[in-house]
Amino acid sequence: MSSLSLTLYHIYALIIKELLATLKDPKSRVILIVPVLVQGLLFGYTATYNLEHVPYAVVDEDHSHESAEFLSHLDGTGIFERVATLSSPQQISQVIDNQQAMLVLTIPSDFSKNLHAGKTAPVQTITDGRNPSTAGLAAGYVSSIATAYNQKRSGQQSLVEIRSRIWYNPNNITRHMFLPSLIPMLALTQVLILAGLSVARERENGTFDQLLVTPLTPLEILIGKAVPPILIGLVQASLMLCLVLFWFKIHLVGSLAVLYLTISIFLVSCVGLGLSISAVAKNMQQVMVYCFLFLLPMILLSGLATPIRNMPPVLQYITYINPMRFAIEAIRRIYLEGAGLSTVAPAYIPMLALAAVTLPLAAWLFRHKLS
Amino acid sequence: MSDIIMIQAHHLTKQFPARPSSPAVTALSTLNLTVKKGTLTALIGPDGAGKTTFMRLVCGLLQSDSGSLSVCGYDVQQSPQAVQDRIGYMPQKFGLYEDLSVMENLTLYADIHSIPPDLRQKHFRELLDLTGLSPFTARPAGKLSGGMKQKLGLACTLVSTPDLLLLDEPTVGVDPLSRRELWHILHTLSEEKSLTVLVNTSYIEEAEQCQYAYILHKGQLLADGTPESLLQYARGRCYAVRVPQGMPPRFIQSWLLDDRHVVMDAVPEGSQVRFTVSSRQLPNHLLLQNYLPGAVITPVSPRLEDSFMILLRKAGSTEEETPGMPSLPKVPPAISGDTIIEAHDIVRRFGSFVAVDHTSFSVHKGEIFGLLGPNGAGKSTTFRMLCGLLSASSGTISVYGVNLRTARARARSYIGYVAQKFSLYSTLSVYENLCFFGRAYGLAAHKLQERIETVAGQFHLNNCLSMAAGSLPGGYKQRLSMAAALLHDPPILFLDEPTSGIDPLARRTFWRQITGLAARGTTIVVTTHFMEEAEYCDRIMIQDRGRLIAIGTPSAIRHQGGDSPTMNEAFIHIVETGRQKEDS
Repeated sequence: MSSLSLTLYHIYALIIKELLATLKDPKSRVILIVPVLVQGLLFGYTATYNLEHVPYAVVDEDHSHESAEFLSHLDGTGIFERVATLSSPQQISQVIDNQQAMLVLTIPSDFSKNLHAGKTAPVQTITDGRNPSTAGLAAGYVSSIATAYNQKRSGQQSLVEIRSRIWYNPNNITRHMFLPSLIPMLALTQVLILAGLSVARERENGTFDQLLVTPLTPLEILIGKAVPPILIGLVQASLMLCLVLFWFKIHLVGSLAVLYLTISIFLVSCVGLGLSISAVAKNMQQVMVYCFLFLLPMILLSGLATPIRNMPPVLQYITYINPMRFAIEAIRRIYLEGAGLSTVAPAYIPMLALAAVTLPLAAWLFRHKLS
Repeated sequence: MSDIIMIQAHHLTKQFPARPSSPAVTALSTLNLTVKKGTLTALIGPDGAGKTTFMRLVCGLLQSDSGSLSVCGYDVQQSPQAVQDRIGYMPQKFGLYEDLSVMENLTLYADIHSIPPDLRQKHFRELLDLTGLSPFTARPAGKLSGGMKQKLGLACTLVSTPDLLLLDEPTVGVDPLSRRELWHILHTLSEEKSLTVLVNTSYIEEAEQCQYAYILHKGQLLADGTPESLLQYARGRCYAVRVPQGMPPRFIQSWLLDDRHVVMDAVPEGSQVRFTVSSRQLPNHLLLQNYLPGAVITPVSPRLEDSFMILLRKAGSTEEETPGMPSLPKVPPAISGDTIIEAHDIVRRFGSFVAVDHTSFSVHKGEIFGLLGPNGAGKSTTFRMLCGLLSASSGTISVYGVNLRTARARARSYIGYVAQKFSLYSTLSVYENLCFFGRAYGLAAHKLQERIETVAGQFHLNNCLSMAAGSLPGGYKQRLSMAAALLHDPPILFLDEPTSGIDPLARRTFWRQITGLAARGTTIVVTTHFMEEAEYCDRIMIQDRGRLIAIGTPSAIRHQGGDSPTMNEAFIHIVETGRQKEDS
């Protein structure tokens, strides 16, 4: 065999061996499937900033046709659910305190009178400030309902009207932004841990010496160890993608090919980090500690949950060495906005640059730390 | 010695139920055993004989299934705490705290046993003097040598001044010098302090130093008695055959062992090969005489080991199946003297510590070359440098004419390597393991299948090709490791402590395999801590404190070691002389 085909044959042998070793171990088989499903579903249902269910109570002191009409607007949204109809304002504190209602609406007895007189009719909302963001959202919803009610009653347009259109996510459902970002996040977790454990496991089992006395070169071992986690990461990304597409029914706007290309490049940039960890760590326990040391900041600084623009400038600069930041940005754009290759390609540059640093670093560590 | 009985076991039985990974095991079956106060008693037997199980029962750490066991006058099942207050138990892996110093470890164990502070100083001094650890009280336990760790373990066990001392294989992995010192301590304890000691050991010559010995095998008691009385099993059955000039003793041993129904055991020893036969009379014709017509055979006096081997052979091998042995040529191939491995002035430093110091030697084509030395002598480091697992700090190593520094990957294609611990992929099947290692050595397609078939046949692995390697029994695992190492038919085979942890019968079988391999021209480099295994080698090299102190044929080494009768003594002699020279 020529030296190139021998090298390829060696790498092939290593990849087969790594995949078999990972897939034949019942413990790692579970790790491959379950966390993706559990985390996918968990994030899908918990990571949302939308308010879909507002329990409220009402004190209607007016008991008029108008007050009933106003309340029917609220009930008609499907979001507001009336849990109590109070007879006096004294009862308000009770329903708020025991968290029965998030919001209490008080319609004063002169509500219809004022309306008929063409005067402003105040309606009071009391919200539970122990959870300010939800309270704020709920109060905001009430005022937009009131605005709509005003227009309908008066039949005339207000002078300035804000018509907001949210592009790429017309219904402003935060889940749409969250779930596609989970595709790279879950793949990252897995690739980092799999690549990290690959050498440490062999070292613990004593198989690494056996590997090192074969004619396999460190570079061959490096490539042979890098490819299987990437393949497994891609399978997991696909699993998550299916979950997003078919369970949460979020439509993929962009091209599937570009999405996969992006994920692949992202995984290549991560695997070098995992392998470097593997070469440095003395045992599997250390690998896990190192992995979490890297994972948490990578996720926090990626813009997955909180906007990067809100971070202090120093941290914003740090995000530039985080491949996760670019991956999430690129994948959101492909998924939601349908961005093409030419649009997301610039994000590949930092990811590839990182790969160009971590992979040779891993190779160097392999050569120097392993023998 | 008094007649007070410290341990009395009657029909003691212990079974371990079946698990998914292993079938049910009867660890001890109806064992009767008595240990009298003030005696030194040995429990001998191969791995899996039930020795450790018995000790754990004595300590009350396990519950027996039936039978009775009383220790220090208490029923262990009824009052384990009363027993535990009176005994000292040193398991195989004693719980030393590696980051604590010698003194801190001792203090810790004194605290655990609530030894009053006023008694401690005197007691500690006695123990430290006894174990020779006084100069090292400030050294962290992790930095001690294997032998010193065992001595510290012993000292910690003795902190509570027990009436009965239980030692589980205290000398495993300990070099001959430290072993001798440890036994010296045990004798002192037994004679001067009249402490009762029960020792598990797989070294038969250690049992010879005890007053009483029990031979266990697969949970059954094969024999018991004083070492002297146990000799009866071998009396009149032991012979020695002189090794002709220029003939490797292992050939004669192999020819003897191949005579399976007549010869019970054979071991090379210097210029002769000792063997035992199944009947009380030497048969008229031995297979050996076909190869060596003028063999000079003389009767020799029996040893405990001879009895042990005869008893084991009669009880049946622990091996599931003995693989067919490679046939040997009628005339041993001559060793050409061509150099196949050359180490020139190699040095290996770890920080400021010099593990191997300016060492040069060469290995000849077709020979069996042994690396011997106490723990920490540098033999593992040398071995790892030779097979390319470690690079030398300076000096050059060439393997099969290839410089390890410049063409490491190519040099590695000429070697096969069997690690001390089973180190193939446990989750992969036997076949997948062989495929992987074959491919790693560049074997492909047809050639790969052909070689897998050959080695699987050679090592009798055909029936378990689809089994996960990790689920194989011990003997199979070793054969698989050998098969994987020989797939690419390497001219050189490296074996790291290949016989540690396997029973004496399997060890003979293993060496018989090696003799066959060497006869076909494979060069073999082997490390071992069984000194008697040096006799299988064509040449051996002894290192101490990183320096090469002796190299040559076993008989030359024996001569250098003051013409000692056993390799063990020769070894101790050479190491001690070397150290005296260095110190003076």
